[in-house]
Amino acid sequence: MVMIKLETIDIVFSYDGNSGPPILDDVSIQLAPSRILGIVGPNGSGKSTLLKCIDRIIKPDHGSVLLDRREIMKMGRMEIAKKIGYVQQTISRGFPTSVFDTVLMGRRPHLSWRSDEDDEEKIWEVLRLLDIEDLALKYFGELSGGQQQKVLIARALAQEAEVILLDEPTSNLDIMRQFEVMDIIRDLVNKKLVSAIIAIHDLNLASRYSDKIIMMKRGKIMSAGEPSYVLTADNIASVYGVEAVIRKQSEAPYIIPVGPIKTTMRK
Amino acid sequence: MAKAIRRGGTRTGKKSAIQEEHSKRMGLKIILVLTLPVLIFIITGISATLGSADLSIWDAYSAILHRIFPEYFYTTWLSDICVWHLRLPRIAWAITAGFGLGISGAAMQAILRNPLASPFTLGISSGAAFGVSLAIVLNLGFFGGMWLIIGNAFIFAMLCSGLILGLASIRGATSEIMILCGIAMNYIFGAASSLFKYFASDQELREMSFWGMGDLGAFSWEELRLVVVLIAIGSFVLLRKAWDLNVMTVGDETAKSLGVESNRIRAIVMTASSLLIAGIVAFTGIIGFIGLVGPHMARMVIGADHRFLLPASGLLGGVILLGADTVGRTIIAPIILPVGSVTSMLGVPFFLYLIMKRRREYW
Repeated sequence: MVMIKLETIDIVFSYDGNSGPPILDDVSIQLAPSRILGIVGPNGSGKSTLLKCIDRIIKPDHGSVLLDRREIMKMGRMEIAKKIGYVQQTISRGFPTSVFDTVLMGRRPHLSWRSDEDDEEKIWEVLRLLDIEDLALKYFGELSGGQQQKVLIARALAQEAEVILLDEPTSNLDIMRQFEVMDIIRDLVNKKLVSAIIAIHDLNLASRYSDKIIMMKRGKIMSAGEPSYVLTADNIASVYGVEAVIRKQSEAPYIIPVGPIKTTMRK
Repeated sequence: MAKAIRRGGTRTGKKSAIQEEHSKRMGLKIILVLTLPVLIFIITGISATLGSADLSIWDAYSAILHRIFPEYFYTTWLSDICVWHLRLPRIAWAITAGFGLGISGAAMQAILRNPLASPFTLGISSGAAFGVSLAIVLNLGFFGGMWLIIGNAFIFAMLCSGLILGLASIRGATSEIMILCGIAMNYIFGAASSLFKYFASDQELREMSFWGMGDLGAFSWEELRLVVVLIAIGSFVLLRKAWDLNVMTVGDETAKSLGVESNRIRAIVMTASSLLIAGIVAFTGIIGFIGLVGPHMARMVIGADHRFLLPASGLLGGVILLGADTVGRTIIAPIILPVGSVTSMLGVPFFLYLIMKRRREYW
């Protein structure tokens, strides 16, 4: 029997209730414990919306999300927050907050009014784990993109989340930082600290770091499985409209986009 | 790959240098917050010596402390009357109103995630001003006598925030919707007040504009008690939500993912702080500036943790208002300048200086 940490069953979501075109159309995914599930797809395919539905930041019109076989829609917000961490793509700017205080927010689901020594000690542990202890007293807004991303991952760890949802964690990073952030996620998963679902644009990063990949288009899952099964020239052509060459380097397929497919067939 | 996560620091319970630094800063924050009541106590003493009867600082403090610890401090009949009946009520009003304006300003900025927010962003002042015009011009209100103006100011302030909450709850109480509804309320109540002004007599106009300048000297201990109770309740609610306010400053979606139902918290915090502000404004009139700037000053020094920021903003509000009123009473004594104007005249240059001095991206 396959172990399942988190699954969604037939999730449907549209912004205007039932009248509008669905952003998510019968999406069912499964995440095994201590695995990375990559979600790829063109802009507007519903990747971010799916993550938000899983964390119940938005409520799907139909369908359910099961975490350890428990229905999330019936759990309280605090209870969900103890299990699922969400690393947002766009960081809305609030008032200047130190890195320590930002990570401390992750303890919110576990806290009463006082944060005690244990909570603070946990923050320091997490900061050390991600090797960003020296940033603790800096302002979050003054950090580089890569450092900010690490701080947000640290917050999800401080949350003691079992599943971390990451929305485009590498989108604003240089190639070195992209690897750094993905390596951190990979390590956390390998150490069985968390399972992760990552919405990501870069097909090669997805290929290299995901255990399973889901490819979406217009709210539907077009293909799902091992990277080598999903990331094929045919799939990329039909989902992205891009001609690509696939190289088998090691286990993970390596994708070289060639160019848009000439749509001479179009009227 | 495993190199990505290094085991830094010591795990034997010994604190790292940066950890020591953090503890030190936390200690400093607590000391700073505790300094503010001391500052208030000092200004109170100074303020209590000022007036037509000459009292030394020592006379003033003994008179104050005599009523609290009668065994230890002695005072004369004259000092007692001067301090407890003439000066201290005004001082107590300043501290109380300043505290309420400061703490609710900090809370408003957090829930609206907007540095320009103040207790009056959501139209409370214009609602109250409308109620006051109604009372002054048409003599129309819910209560009679001295409670006519107070009652109107309070009820219309609450009505205004009630409307905003109602409107916002239809569309979901996001910060943007609330601010927009607040601006709309400001305009409509402002327009209604202008209409009253258009038809008002000179005497009535004068009364209305005096109300708009803010006054601390109009009421005594009796009324203060009411306001203190309101502020105590409101502040208690706000402080209990300090953690949620911390989380809400980074955005609703993140807040939700951290377990905070932001729209609900926003409604609760707004209700609590409207109640508190309406209570103050009803008696003192509109005292601007403090609710906007007190929290910013506190934030510069204390940081963004609302467990410290809320009390600090309140206390700093008390310090500023009391300080400004003390200056307003002395500058061209015996004339007492309206406290709202003095606060802005003195506070704005200082605030601008603080902003200019900072080198960070935010301030």
